[in-house]
Amino acid sequence: MKTRLAILILVVLLALLPAYAGKYALYVAIHILLLSIFSLGFNLLFGYTGLLSFGQAGFYAVGAYGCAKILLAYPSLLVGIVGGVVIAGAVSLLLGFLCIRHTRIYFSMLTLSFGMMIFSLAWKWRDVTGGDDGLVGIPRAPLEIPGLFKINMAPMENYYYVVLAFAILAIYLFYRIVHSPMGLTMQGIRDSETRSVCIGISVRKYRLLSFTIAGMYAGLAGALLPPLESTVTPPLAHWSHSAEPVLATLLGGVYSFSGPIVGSVLFYLLKDIIVRFTEYWQMCLGIIVVVLVMGFRGGVVSIFSRKGGQR
Amino acid sequence: METLVFQGLVGLSVSMYLWLLAAGLTIVFGVLGVLNFAHGSLFMLGAYFTFTYYGLWGVNFWLAIALSLLSVAVVGYFMERFFLRHIYHLDHAYQLLLTFGFILIFDDAAKMIWGGVAKIPAMPSFFEGTVSVVGRPFPFYNLFIIGTGLAVAIVVWLLFEKTWWGKMVRASASDREMASAIGVNIPTLFTGVFVFGAMLAALGGALGTPVRVVAPGIGAAMIIQAFIITVIGGLGNLKGAFVGAIIVGTLSAYGILLFPVFELFLIFLIMAVVLMVKPQGLFGG
Repeated sequence: MKTRLAILILVVLLALLPAYAGKYALYVAIHILLLSIFSLGFNLLFGYTGLLSFGQAGFYAVGAYGCAKILLAYPSLLVGIVGGVVIAGAVSLLLGFLCIRHTRIYFSMLTLSFGMMIFSLAWKWRDVTGGDDGLVGIPRAPLEIPGLFKINMAPMENYYYVVLAFAILAIYLFYRIVHSPMGLTMQGIRDSETRSVCIGISVRKYRLLSFTIAGMYAGLAGALLPPLESTVTPPLAHWSHSAEPVLATLLGGVYSFSGPIVGSVLFYLLKDIIVRFTEYWQMCLGIIVVVLVMGFRGGVVSIFSRKGGQR
Repeated sequence: METLVFQGLVGLSVSMYLWLLAAGLTIVFGVLGVLNFAHGSLFMLGAYFTFTYYGLWGVNFWLAIALSLLSVAVVGYFMERFFLRHIYHLDHAYQLLLTFGFILIFDDAAKMIWGGVAKIPAMPSFFEGTVSVVGRPFPFYNLFIIGTGLAVAIVVWLLFEKTWWGKMVRASASDREMASAIGVNIPTLFTGVFVFGAMLAALGGALGTPVRVVAPGIGAAMIIQAFIITVIGGLGNLKGAFVGAIIVGTLSAYGILLFPVFELFLIFLIMAVVLMVKPQGLFGG
């Protein structure tokens, strides 16, 4: 009951954000929401299924480039975003089929190489991706269902609400996924693959499911980006971008539902604060990572809750 | 034809830097079971220290290289003794994450100490000049690098196959508990292996200073190459790392010439295919 109330208050506060916050705060908030979606998907793979991916930025970029391509050809926000997610889902299903043959370090290396293959395509396949210039002039198309309504997306507030709606939907679905039998099965596989096989679970099927859903979440985060920035560039696919959800999740807490979200908020706010004092933000981040791995592997969430962080 | 031979030699000299880098990575993985994400940063530090001793302080070139190896050895010692040692029992993921944290720290530390601008120190005068290969001038320095790479390969091989220390290392790589039971001091040995790997990376970085750019961020770029090589050769496989380095080095030399657009894609494709078909690497048992 208390948690529900807290969530309700949080949602109301977020919904009222445009009333009391400026344009920059909205811009930051959108980025935090995107990183939250991105990290949640990553954590389904890492925290819930036990697979550390270093190639999630590849699917993020597929979602972003997919949405950008669609918006450039057919300016409808919904078609662009849904299209981006579907393309990212298809690509991650395909690559997941190849990646989930391995676990542990081999899985990490395999996802890294596929992510970098996507990066090299974005960088070099000039005819389709615009090469190192990326794609520019992507319109923030109106939210439209022909015959029903058409909302102008030019004001930042309007687009903020679209992102917020998608984020809430994504978080809610994630909650349902990890508390469903499917989510529990994934956690079972994480804890003991042998035991799961013995009770007749198709380990591969659930790993593939987890991989595909994670890819779709990355794709959703990516697809929401081009209407905001009006441009997409190859670094979105680079492995160093894959590290962002890894760090956010580690910061918030790997084995908790809210960890990636809390971590995303902290990641952005810390960055915003630290860069005001020093240009060496990366070093601070590195020190935080080292301290977390050495002493606080449950992340921030576990420090404030008695339940989490026991693993 | 001449172009192919010439470019092959260029590729071979590039391969030798990669070999020095990958050798340390694969040794550390094979023995300690840790994939050191920050290994490329040790390569970078080796380059920066050499630049400082030789380029700024005017120390003799050979002495500068030796000093930078020692400096990186100290850094490696601290990494292993005070951090990695405490998380060996955890999942691989945490070791990757910890060493990733070190990349961020080393990169910014380099920026803090040496500035964000790339450094290009001068070539020692005795290395200037070229040798004629198939009628074209080939830098003498590249020949020296090829020679050094081969020499290091032989020394490392002898060290692991013929010395007592090498035997202890191989014993603990194949069975940690058993080696410990018959009196091998595992923690000290692990520190030694990590420092040795760090020094190999530093040597690669140090030898690169006369011809390669030294800048923050080269560590992160190099580590990905080292990953590709060690994966192709088999993680933990020294011979595989040598051949993998030659494959990647030559391929990028020819790739730039023959299919510049798909060079990067091709290299990662090879890595992925090896992982899928033969994850123990081309030379894994």
